[in-house]
Amino acid sequence: MKMKKLLILLLPVFAVMGLIVFNACKSADKNTGGAVNAGLTLPDGFIAVAVAENLGSARHLVVTPQHDIYVHLAGAKNGKGILVLHEEGNQTTLKTSFASYGGTGIAIKNGYLYASNNTEVFRYKLNDKDEVINPDQPEKIVTGLISKRMHEPKAIALDNDGNIYVNIGAYSNICSDFDPQKKGCPILDSAAGIWQFKADKLNQHYGDGIRYAGGLRNVVGLDWNQQDDQLFVMQHGRDALHDLYPNLYTVHQSAELPAECMFALKKGDNAGWPYVYYDWMQNKNLLGPEYGGDGNKPADPKFINPVAAYPGHYAPDGLLFYTGNQFPEKYKNGAFIAFHGSWNRAPEPQAGYCVVFQPFKDGKPDGKWEVFADGFAGTAEQKASGRAVHRPCGLAQGPDGSLYVTDDVKGTIYKITYSK
Amino acid sequence: MLMLFCLFFGGLYAQTKKPVSHTGTTSSVARGKIVYANICLACHMADGGGVQNMNPPLIQTTYVLGDKTALIKIVLNGFKEDVEINGQTYSNNMTPHSDLKDQQIADVLTYVRKSFGNKASTVTMAEVKKVRAANVTK
Ligand code: HEC
Repeated sequence: MKMKKLLILLLPVFAVMGLIVFNACKSADKNTGGAVNAGLTLPDGFIAVAVAENLGSARHLVVTPQHDIYVHLAGAKNGKGILVLHEEGNQTTLKTSFASYGGTGIAIKNGYLYASNNTEVFRYKLNDKDEVINPDQPEKIVTGLISKRMHEPKAIALDNDGNIYVNIGAYSNICSDFDPQKKGCPILDSAAGIWQFKADKLNQHYGDGIRYAGGLRNVVGLDWNQQDDQLFVMQHGRDALHDLYPNLYTVHQSAELPAECMFALKKGDNAGWPYVYYDWMQNKNLLGPEYGGDGNKPADPKFINPVAAYPGHYAPDGLLFYTGNQFPEKYKNGAFIAFHGSWNRAPEPQAGYCVVFQPFKDGKPDGKWEVFADGFAGTAEQKASGRAVHRPCGLAQGPDGSLYVTDDVKGTIYKITYSK
Repeated sequence: MLMLFCLFFGGLYAQTKKPVSHTGTTSSVARGKIVYANICLACHMADGGGVQNMNPPLIQTTYVLGDKTALIKIVLNGFKEDVEINGQTYSNNMTPHSDLKDQQIADVLTYVRKSFGNKASTVTMAEVKKVRAANVTK
C-alpha cells in the first residue's frame, strides 16, 4: 500500500525525467538527417533524406549522371557561389566550389553548365564526366540585365533549339510607383518578362535577345516541357490587394488572392502584369484595381490565361517536369512545384512552404494539384508566423529518377526516393 | 525547468506591478498599435521581425532608435535605398504613407519605439507636423 502511494507520488517525477531524456534525444538530432524523412511528410512509399546540410542559401541545383550536384548559392560563401557535391550512399562530400558570384539560375545543356547572377548569364564547358573544365574562365553569354532591388534573380531554362530563356523580374509590386497617372506601365520594355537569347553567343545584351513573353511580374520557377516542346513558368503574383484597396478586398481575400499562376508560354504572349490578376476562387482573369478593376470586372482577353492556378503568395521558386521512371506512373511528365512560402498573408497565418505535385496529361495540367512534400517550415507556429526553419526553393531530378529539393534558409538538400 | 518557473512568476510579478496609467504615452502606444496592425504589420510582421531578405526588422535598428526626423521621413516618403540594416540588405520597397495623419504617424512610431524590445522616446504630433512641413519641397 505504502509502496503504491509512493509510486503515485513519484509518477510525475518519472514523467518529467522521461520528458527530459526524450528532449535530450531530440536535441541530439541536431541535423534533419536524424528525423524520420528528414522532417518531411510524403505520400506512402516515398522516403526523404537530407544528403547535405548547412550549405548556405541553396537556390537552384542540377544533378549529373555521375551523381555530382551543382548548387547555386544566393550569395557567394568564401568567395564561391557554386558548390559541387558528390553524392554516394545518400551522403555528399564537397568536391569543389567555384564562381565568384551568388545567384539562383543554374542548368546543364549540351555539354555546358549555365549559371546566372542578378545581371549576367555565364557558361562553363564540361568534360565527359560533366565536370567543369575551366572554373575560373566562364564565357559570358548575356550581360547588362536590369537589377533594381526587387525581383533580381535571373532564373534560366534552355530549349532544344539552342536558346536560353532568362527571367527579368519587375522591380516593382504593381508598377504604381512608375505609372502614377495610369497611362501604361513604362518598365515593361526591359523587365517583367522572359527574354530569349542564343545559348552559344557571347556578350549578348537586350538588343541581341527578344522579349519572348511579357507581363510577367516575376518568375523564379521555370522549365522546358519536353512533351510540348514549350516553356512553362510560375509567376509570383502581386501583393497587398487589401492594403491598397481596403474597400474592394477583405483581409482574407488579400491573403488568398491573386493566384500564383502557371503559364504555358508561346513567343509573343502577354500575361498582363500589372493590368490584370487571376482569381483562383472565381476561376477568372480580372482587371486589376489600379486600372479600374473592382474584383469582378474581367481582364482584356488579349492577355493569356494561366493553365493552372494556386493559392496566393505561396511563392513558387522551383518548377520541374518529372521524366524519370522511379516514381509511380501518375507522376510521369507531371510537374513538381517548390513553393517557398508566403510573407504577404499577415495577419492571416502564412502558408506554402511545400512541394506540390500537379498532374499532367498530354502536356496539359489535368486535375487538382496536391501537396507532395510538406513539413519544411517546422512546427505549425513556425509556419504560421512565417519564421520557417526550411523553405523549399530549387528542384532537380537525379539520374535514377530521385527528386532533389533545396532549402535556402539552412542550406539543406533533400533527396526524395520511392520504393514499392 | 527552474528557469521556466522563474520566467513565469517573474512575468506575472512584472505584469501586476506595471502601473495602470492613462498618460498620453500609454494611449499613444495603444492607438499606434492599431495603425501598426493596419499598415505596417503586412511587411514588418506582428513581432516586428520583418521578412528575411525582403522587409527589415524594426527591432533595435539605428533607424528605429535614432534620429526622429529621419524616422518620420521614412513613413512619409517610403524607403527604397540600398542600405544595410543590421548587416543585411532588403529587396522590397516601402511605399510612402503620407496619407496618414500627423497623430497617426506619431502614434505608430511611438508604438514601434516602445515595442519589440525597443526602448526609445515618444514621437509627438508636433514633431511630425514640423517634419512634414519641411518635407513638402520634395
Ligand atoms: C510594403 C511593405 C512595407 C510596409 C507596408 C511598411 N514598410 Fe517599413 N520598410 C519596408 C522595407 C522593404 C524597408 C527597407 C527598404 C530599404 O532597404 O531600402 C522598410 C524600412 C523601414 C524602416 C527603416 C529600416 C529599419 O528596419 O529600421 C522603418 C523604421 C520602417 N520601415 C517603418 C515602417 C512603419 C512604421 C510602417 C507602417 C507605417 C512601415 N514601415 C510599413 C517595407 C514596408
